[in-house]
Amino acid sequence: MKRYVIIGNGTAAIGCIEGIRSVDKGGKITVISEENHHVYSRPLISYYLENKTDLQRMKYRSPDFYEKMNCEVLFGEKAVGIDTKEKKVNLANSSVEYDSLCIATGSSPFVPPFKGLDTVEKKFSFMTLDDALDLEKALDKNARVLIVGAGLIGLKCAEGIRDRVGQITVCDLADRVLSSILDNDCAAIVQKHLEENGIEFLLGNSADRFEKNTAFMKNGEEVEFDILVLAVGVRANISLVKEIGGETNRGIVVDDTMKTSIPDVFSAGDCAEGYDSSLGARRVLAILPNAYMQGHTAGVNMAGGDDTFDNAIPMNSIGFFGLHIMSAGTYDGEMREEKNEGRLRRFFIKDNNLSGFILIGDTQRAGIYTSLIREKTPLDTIDFDFTKKVASNSIFLPQTRRKKFGGVV
Amino acid sequence: MKRVYVNEEWCIGCHLCEYNCAFANSGMADMAYALKGKKIFPRIHVEGDDKITFAVSCRHCNDPICLKSCIAGAISKVDGVVKIDRRKCVGCLTCVLVCPYGALSPAEDGIMQKCELCLENSCGEPACVKGCPNKAIVYEQRGDEE
Repeated sequence: MKRYVIIGNGTAAIGCIEGIRSVDKGGKITVISEENHHVYSRPLISYYLENKTDLQRMKYRSPDFYEKMNCEVLFGEKAVGIDTKEKKVNLANSSVEYDSLCIATGSSPFVPPFKGLDTVEKKFSFMTLDDALDLEKALDKNARVLIVGAGLIGLKCAEGIRDRVGQITVCDLADRVLSSILDNDCAAIVQKHLEENGIEFLLGNSADRFEKNTAFMKNGEEVEFDILVLAVGVRANISLVKEIGGETNRGIVVDDTMKTSIPDVFSAGDCAEGYDSSLGARRVLAILPNAYMQGHTAGVNMAGGDDTFDNAIPMNSIGFFGLHIMSAGTYDGEMREEKNEGRLRRFFIKDNNLSGFILIGDTQRAGIYTSLIREKTPLDTIDFDFTKKVASNSIFLPQTRRKKFGGVV
Repeated sequence: MKRVYVNEEWCIGCHLCEYNCAFANSGMADMAYALKGKKIFPRIHVEGDDKITFAVSCRHCNDPICLKSCIAGAISKVDGVVKIDRRKCVGCLTCVLVCPYGALSPAEDGIMQKCELCLENSCGEPACVKGCPNKAIVYEQRGDEE
């Protein structure tokens, strides 16, 4: 009986378990979970604070999932090292032997070495369920909150807690919000919408040092706060593979089958650095769909199946106070846009392919655009009209549509 | 398994499928009462222009990317039918972003809903098919079984 070990218990791990079980119903699966929780949907922690979900509903899989998948979970255990000779994973006081191993350790918040951070009493990261539960305890109708970081994590946190605190200020060294997924014009629309919903911003300006309840900003301003949330960024957890000489860069380097450079060791999720087909290069794609798909591919291959995942692209769908924003691919090439009041759609075209898009507001059927990027559909083979407000299957030839809607897909 | 398929040559663009879908999923007994004067949020959509029209609903793919992408773990596949648990969905629309067929759209409350072939509502079989006046939408088994 083959022994599978998965380090991590997030989305990539679940994809891996389901991938293994699609091939091998009988092998022994052991999951090493540092967090003491049944697998939950990590991006839902802001929705939890917003009362749009609860601890039961935010379980990513049913309560009997591990039982049904016949796997053992070692909760509260941390993998401290991998012994590739003996093929075992060392825990604090024991070890687990593997025939095939998947590293799905995710990422951790990156906290810059701010001077005086230790003098701040109420400070939080916003990555895990425990972070959210800790933050929840500190929330107070009159609290002034300073969030450092205007990225996806910082802004979702702001939305989640807005109705439960007095005031929220978000600062970021970047001069715009969501700088990793939006260009200047798009970011301006989103920022305005957030401001209309009560979030204040200090952009192009970040904290330099802290003294108890005061942040001293780089431009000399002082910001008083009761609660500090640090959402500057994340770093892939790569040390387990780095220590044993596996190839790492920003993430653990994997090929299209999710193999690392170490025999019988796979990796998936936010800790892995795989190929981004829209960029034509490797990069860490720390998004949930990618974690699941990488994990599933890893699992199938660990169990002796044959699967590749070679069309990963960045893609995000995120909403703030009723405004939906979608983005995909890379913003490379000639830009075409379609605008109307508070809404914006931008498409980027390169070498007869759609390389990326940003949609603000009008997001209906956006998956049709996403598929053009993922499948590298030559644009001269379809009737793509960028001025149309809504994506449509009309762009395809009748014979293509016949396959899509008249066949098994 | 049986799925809903579209013969676009026969679609007359009448949008009846949208109304039958909305009614079948309304939980009400009377169609006029369920739909009259209301904006409908059907799980099937007629697309096209003055030349060609066709209805689009969930393909119940063999390898559904919506299921793999759902950030809430709200989408599952049961006996070939791709389903969504509306209690778990938070309305992030990631499934809309990834569905290559543009088959998904949210309900009135912003939470996702999707075609589940009417197997569990009062119709018991796809209402869009049952009410299609020109048999442009059919419910049958095609291709190889999974």
